[in-house]
Amino acid sequence: MATYTLNTPLTAADTDKLRAGDVVLLNGIIYSGRDAAHKKLMELLDKGESLPFDLTGASIYYVGPSPAPPGRPIGAAGPTTSYRMDAYAPRLIGLGLKATIGKGKRSDEVKKAMAEHKAVYFGATGGAGALLSKCITASKVIAFDELGPEAVREMTVKDFPLLVINDAHGGELYAKPNLDD
Amino acid sequence: MREINGADISAAVARMCMSANTKLPDDVRRKFEEGLAGETTDAGREIFRQLLENADLAFETKLPLCQDCGLAIFYVEMGEDVCVPGGINEAITEGMVTGYKDGFLRKSSCDPLTRKNTGDNTPAIIHIDFVPGDGLKISYMAKGGGSENMSRVTMLSPSQGWEGIKKFVVQRVVEAGPNPCPPIILGIGIGGTFETAPKNAKRALLRKLDDTHPDPKVAEMEAELLAAVNKLGIGPMGLGGSYTCLGVKIAVAPCHIASLPLAVNVQCHSARHEEVEF
Repeated sequence: MATYTLNTPLTAADTDKLRAGDVVLLNGIIYSGRDAAHKKLMELLDKGESLPFDLTGASIYYVGPSPAPPGRPIGAAGPTTSYRMDAYAPRLIGLGLKATIGKGKRSDEVKKAMAEHKAVYFGATGGAGALLSKCITASKVIAFDELGPEAVREMTVKDFPLLVINDAHGGELYAKPNLDD
Repeated sequence: MREINGADISAAVARMCMSANTKLPDDVRRKFEEGLAGETTDAGREIFRQLLENADLAFETKLPLCQDCGLAIFYVEMGEDVCVPGGINEAITEGMVTGYKDGFLRKSSCDPLTRKNTGDNTPAIIHIDFVPGDGLKISYMAKGGGSENMSRVTMLSPSQGWEGIKKFVVQRVVEAGPNPCPPIILGIGIGGTFETAPKNAKRALLRKLDDTHPDPKVAEMEAELLAAVNKLGIGPMGLGGSYTCLGVKIAVAPCHIASLPLAVNVQCHSARHEEVEF
C-alpha cells in the first residue's frame, strides 16, 4: 500500500493509480456538501443552471462542520456517513467529480460510476473532527448559506489524511464481516 | 418542597453541553488506550492513535471532539419533592441553547420535511422520571445522527427468545458495518413496550463502559453479545480488527405476554455524556 501526495483538481491519471488501502495526503481546494446541499445541486442541474463550483476534477467532502470559533478558519470537521449521498453521487461523478470523501459504505451504483469515470472514494477518520480541522487552512461559504452547517464551503486543505476505500478498479478496503460460527 | 432555581439548572446544563463535547469520558479513553495496545491490525491501531490525539486536541482547544454535536438528549431523575419555578423543561432547554451557542457546537436539528434547521438545536429531547425524595439528577448525551441512523427497534415473537435477540443484534452490527463509526457501544432494551424499549436502550448507554450489570444473568448476556459482535472482525472504522464494540449495556423491563420488544441503540466511539446533580 502506497502513500501519495495529491493536489486538486484531480485528474484521471491521479485516480487511476490509486488502490484501496493507499494513503493520500490531499492538498488544494475541496468542497463541502452533504444531504440538503446535494438536493439543491440536483435542483440546479434539473433546471439547467450552473453549479456553485466547477465539477471537473473536483473533490466533495461530506461534512457539516461545527461553527468556527474566533481565530480559527473552521470548527471540528470530520466526515459524515456517505451512503446518504449515494442517490446523488453517480450523476455528479458523470459530470466530472473525481473524488468523494466521507465514511461508511457506498452503493453498487456509486461504485459502478466510479469505475466508469475513474473516480475514487476516500475515507477520513470519523469522530476525529478536531484533528482533521487542523488540515483545513481556509474555509468560506460559496452557496446555500441558509443551510447553516449544510452550506457548500470552499475549503483549502493541507496534507489532508485520507484512505482509499473504493478505487476506480473495483477494489474496496472495508473488512467483510466474519459470519462463520 | 425543595425549590431549585431554574437559572442554576440552565447554567449547569450549558456547562455540561460544552464540557461533554470537548472532553472524552475517562472510561472511553481507557478503552482507546487498551485498543491502541491490543488491536490486532495496523489500521485499527492507527485509528485508536488518531482518536486519542483528537481527544487531546479537543480538550486543549475546546473544539468539539466531533462536528456532529448531536441532538441533545437528557435523562432526568426528578425528586417528587422538587419544584423548579418556571419549569424544568424550560430550564434545561435554555441551558442547552446557551451551551450550544457559546461552545460553538453544531446545531443539528431540522424540520423533518422541509429540512430547515431550527437554528438553536431545539428541541432538547428530555425524558423525565419522577423518583422519591428531593434530589435532581440530569444526564446529558450528545447523540450523533450517524450512529442513531443505524439503531433499530423490533417486536420479536416470545418464541424467538434470547437466540432471536442475539441474532437480531449481531445482524444489526453486520448491516451497520463501518457506517456508525466503530468501535461502537451497544445500548439494548429488552422488553418494555414499543416506546419504552428504545428509551431504555439509549439510557443504558449512560452506564460506565467498565461497570458490571448488577444482575449476573444480564451481565453474562452482555459479555456473550460483546464477544459475538467482536468476532465479526469489522474493527475500528470498519478497517478490520478485534475492536468492533467497546461495550454492550442491556436494560431489561417486563413486557406484554404476547410480545418481546427489542431496541438496539448504536453509539459511536465518541460517546459523549455527563451528568449533574442538585
